[in-house]
Amino acid sequence: MLPARSAVLTLFLGAAAVAAPSRAETIEVTVDRLVYTPAEIVAKVGDEVEWVNKDALIHTATIKGGADVPLPAKKSGRLLLQEAGSFDYICRYHPNMKGHITVRP
Amino acid sequence: MTIRLTTAAAAIALIFTANGALGADKPTDPQIAHIAYTAGVLDIEAAKQAIATSKNKAVVEFAETMVRDHEAVNSQALDLVKKLNVTPEDNDTSKALSQAAETKRQELAKLSGAEFDKAYVEHEVAYHKQVNGALETLLIPAAQNGELKSLLETGLKLFQGHQQHAEHVATELK
Repeated sequence: MLPARSAVLTLFLGAAAVAAPSRAETIEVTVDRLVYTPAEIVAKVGDEVEWVNKDALIHTATIKGGADVPLPAKKSGRLLLQEAGSFDYICRYHPNMKGHITVRP
Repeated sequence: MTIRLTTAAAAIALIFTANGALGADKPTDPQIAHIAYTAGVLDIEAAKQAIATSKNKAVVEFAETMVRDHEAVNSQALDLVKKLNVTPEDNDTSKALSQAAETKRQELAKLSGAEFDKAYVEHEVAYHKQVNGALETLLIPAAQNGELKSLLETGLKLFQGHQQHAEHVATELK
């Protein structure tokens, strides 16, 4: 059972390596002194966004009517992008913090 | 409002006169640390009054953010003064700020409902404006220690955010 599973895994990894250009990526956004940097990102469905909160304050990355990613002080939060579209997001606690994600199919 | 703003102006003027008498033209780091910390504590107290009094969701959420953020910044400030072995020094500016806050607290205690919400949020706009002005023009330029200066700069960014947030809530209340 185990050897078979590793074989499958190897095959899968091999395929992923070949298909590298379209592999899902993680896009990092820094949160520092109440600013998302970069404020605008472009990604594709299947990518993840990782917000790295450098502030000693709690933030969020909140899409209106959508995802709400908590970003504890000095910690990170991630979001898997599941649908294409153009999304504005803010911090619920500091609504003047603004960011934008364009998700391509 | 008039009373508070006058007191605030007097508080800032005191920074000059007090130090002028000592032959310097700006507050020292221990005084700056005390002023910044006091300003935070006063805003936390005001927020707690709002949380206990207000029934408005936007106002309560704003006040909760004030408590959360100012406690976080003040805890950083305490860590820093400990690390730098600086003892915050009470001064006339801190005293005047505390006195103005107490006057405001009593004033707000007489209000309730929409009247309270409006008065509290308008005060928050004015208070952050005033503190940000003092940070920008006096406290940050006067700070000698690099880490203290950097913490004040972070504080300024945060409090500018609070000011905008308060302005937004004030517009919603109209």
